Amino acid sequence: MAALLRVRGVSKSFGAVAAVRDVSFDLYGGEAHALVGENGAGKSTIVKMLAGVHRPDDGTLELDGTALALNGPADAKAAGIAVIYQEPTLFPDLSVAENIAMGRQPLGRFNTIDRAAMVSQAARLFTRLGVSIDPNRPARGLSIADQQLVEIAKALSVDARVVVMDEPTAALTGVEVERLFAVARSLRDDGAALLFISHRFEEITALCQRVTIMRDGKHVSTDLLADTSVDEMVRRMVGRDLEALFPKQDVEPGATVLKVQGLTRDPVFQDISFEVKAGEIVALAGLVGSGRSEVVQSIFGVDPRDAGTVEVLGKTLKPKNPKQAMAAGVALVPEDRRQQGLVMELSIERNVTLPRSRSLSQLGFLTGNSERRSAKEWTERLKTKYGRLSDEVGTLSGGNQQKVVLAKWLATGPRVLIVDEPTRGIDVGTKAEVHRLMSSLAAEGVAVLMVSSELPEVLGMADRVLVMREGRLVAELSRTEATEESVMFAATGQEATV
Amino acid sequence: MTAVQLTAARRNSLSVVLRARELGIVIALGLLVVVTAISNPRFLSGQSVRDILLNTAILAVLAVGQAVVVITRNIDLSVGSVLGLSAFTVGTLLQNNPGLPVVLALLVGAAVGGVCGVLNGVLVRYGKVPALVVTLGTLYVVRGVTYFWAGGSQINADELPPGFLSFGNASLLGVPVLVLIAALALVVTAIVLRNYRVGRELYAMGSSPQAAQLAGIPVGRRTVGAFLVSGALAGVAGVLFAARFGTIDAAAGTGLELNVVAAVVVGGVAVFGGSGSVWGAALGALLLTTIGSALAVLEINQFWQQAIVGGLILLAIGADRLVAVRVAAGLKKRGSHVG
Repeated sequence: MAALLRVRGVSKSFGAVAAVRDVSFDLYGGEAHALVGENGAGKSTIVKMLAGVHRPDDGTLELDGTALALNGPADAKAAGIAVIYQEPTLFPDLSVAENIAMGRQPLGRFNTIDRAAMVSQAARLFTRLGVSIDPNRPARGLSIADQQLVEIAKALSVDARVVVMDEPTAALTGVEVERLFAVARSLRDDGAALLFISHRFEEITALCQRVTIMRDGKHVSTDLLADTSVDEMVRRMVGRDLEALFPKQDVEPGATVLKVQGLTRDPVFQDISFEVKAGEIVALAGLVGSGRSEVVQSIFGVDPRDAGTVEVLGKTLKPKNPKQAMAAGVALVPEDRRQQGLVMELSIERNVTLPRSRSLSQLGFLTGNSERRSAKEWTERLKTKYGRLSDEVGTLSGGNQQKVVLAKWLATGPRVLIVDEPTRGIDVGTKAEVHRLMSSLAAEGVAVLMVSSELPEVLGMADRVLVMREGRLVAELSRTEATEESVMFAATGQEATV
Repeated sequence: MTAVQLTAARRNSLSVVLRARELGIVIALGLLVVVTAISNPRFLSGQSVRDILLNTAILAVLAVGQAVVVITRNIDLSVGSVLGLSAFTVGTLLQNNPGLPVVLALLVGAAVGGVCGVLNGVLVRYGKVPALVVTLGTLYVVRGVTYFWAGGSQINADELPPGFLSFGNASLLGVPVLVLIAALALVVTAIVLRNYRVGRELYAMGSSPQAAQLAGIPVGRRTVGAFLVSGALAGVAGVLFAARFGTIDAAAGTGLELNVVAAVVVGGVAVFGGSGSVWGAALGALLLTTIGSALAVLEINQFWQQAIVGGLILLAIGADRLVAVRVAAGLKKRGSHVG
């Protein structure tokens, strides 16, 4: 059988970061092909190359044996490649029929759009999909599942030969997933090549015939699903050497500092209960979208909660009150430092001292001196590299920005430090420093709660690992129990059979 | 009821809500005219109506162009200055070439405005600067160029060819030609926006810029195109201005951009792009102009006009929010059903 679409040795870098390095695999008509890998393995970059959004730095795409140069999304569309993104990309103000037909509306007299034909085309597609969405209604207000169905109708309307689905099921319920799969199967059986990206192995085994595994931007393997096992796939996804990056000191845990009970915020997470003791580092692991960040934001009081209690040193925190959480000694280092952690236009010293501007001020005035002293102390402790303390934070490298965020919160003398993806997007050396720092803070008696998608980091740093899946706490593993396999199995919902 | 009937019924109620915006303006306009006419019947005299329509014509041409830009989630603040430059250019040209046909004058005006529009579009798209900032800049630049060129000089009616001035007052079948030109611009733009792919792509861009990019819409070209239309129409409006008033100096059209934006907003074009129509924008222009005339007839201090226009803008935005919330709530309930 000849391949319909061949991905041949493609590479793509963003700045100094190589997102995809020399990846090759083939897609066949009438076959669903799974693309799996950990977060950050480069799957989405592959999707964007197929969609014509990114151009490969190196390597080629071939359709039917001829090289395919995609200079934009329009080219990909013209070549018959339809991409369904995790976040549907519809025009909320336009009708569903128009969303489906955009750019290819049926034309009538004088090249005007034939609305009746456009609507009946959409209606026919929905009949084929077995759903009843009113083609005349605006896309605004459609549920995620319905939006995805509209996206699929779009793919059907162009008779797409290659359909790429980037985690289409992440936001869907069981019934909706079933409906989506029924459609996907019929597309596949009509001869289209499907590229299906998912973290859920039960979905992959239910739909796909072939699987390609990626790790750290590189191609690991491509096999027929029949020739491999879930165990094997998981091992290949995570299989890497644990580097000696994690200088975790052994600390005897003290009294309970943070106590979370029955924390619920529908529909994001339900009934989350755990404790963190002084001197302990607890990791909150799980796949992206499993609700980890939302849990910590709710604990800190940035996000609301529907039920449950949060106690710090026996004191109950009110919901939606970050100020009180800060006063109780909780510090949150957020995931997205650009948006949530730093004011890019302000100087380093201002950023470091921002949460304490009140305690540093004298007679209500902030004096430059006290700010500078405090900022200097913490940036030095964190070995931050910068020109002058008065430089804008935006001018620093990612790793150093992260240190400034850490300095900002550490300077408040927290009893509970919550860090969300503390080392995302920073280089190895800085990573080690951040880890060393977290470890020494724990040794000083701080209770550390760490959200991380990087398994080696989770395993290397954590005294205990809590694993979340689809909004629920599904496993609690001690340091000895936690292995790459056991965490990954819990996160993906597979029984550990290793 | 069967599912099909149900869907149809819902669709009707929905389109009624959506139409309510333009209907609201028509009702407001009707009330205003009736109340004013009762208090002073002269308000409905031929000359009075004619004046209102003539004044509306220029504002409406600008509002149609502005609506095209606003639909793409941009704004063009330079239209008042572009009108001034176009008026002065065409005035000077006619001073020196009295034999110039009116059609050619209109084309020159459109070309001058078009060049300004392309400049705006290119700066917005390729300079990646928000339209608000770019067109605020070109507002001053274009005005500055006009002042530099004109100095303190002024073109008076007696320096313009009589043929051109009569074009400003001429009527065809009782309708002023300027109004016909505005109506032509309105109808053509409305048809393109509603019935052609290009038009729908402008709505798509305003509705979701990211999705437009992913859908393969040539966003850059369309953005420049939208500004080109707005600029060219502002240029045409400049020629109409010259023909109507006959007196042109470097300050012609100063501050007009705010009236234009007000007309567009009152007319129900969403400032966040993606929805609204040029019909609404033109109706907005008519309403604002009529308010101005009505206040004069009712002998209410003209200073109130600005307060009323401001109140109308807030009312329009408030109504939009209300409709949006209602519609959104209604739409949420109308999920799909597995058939």
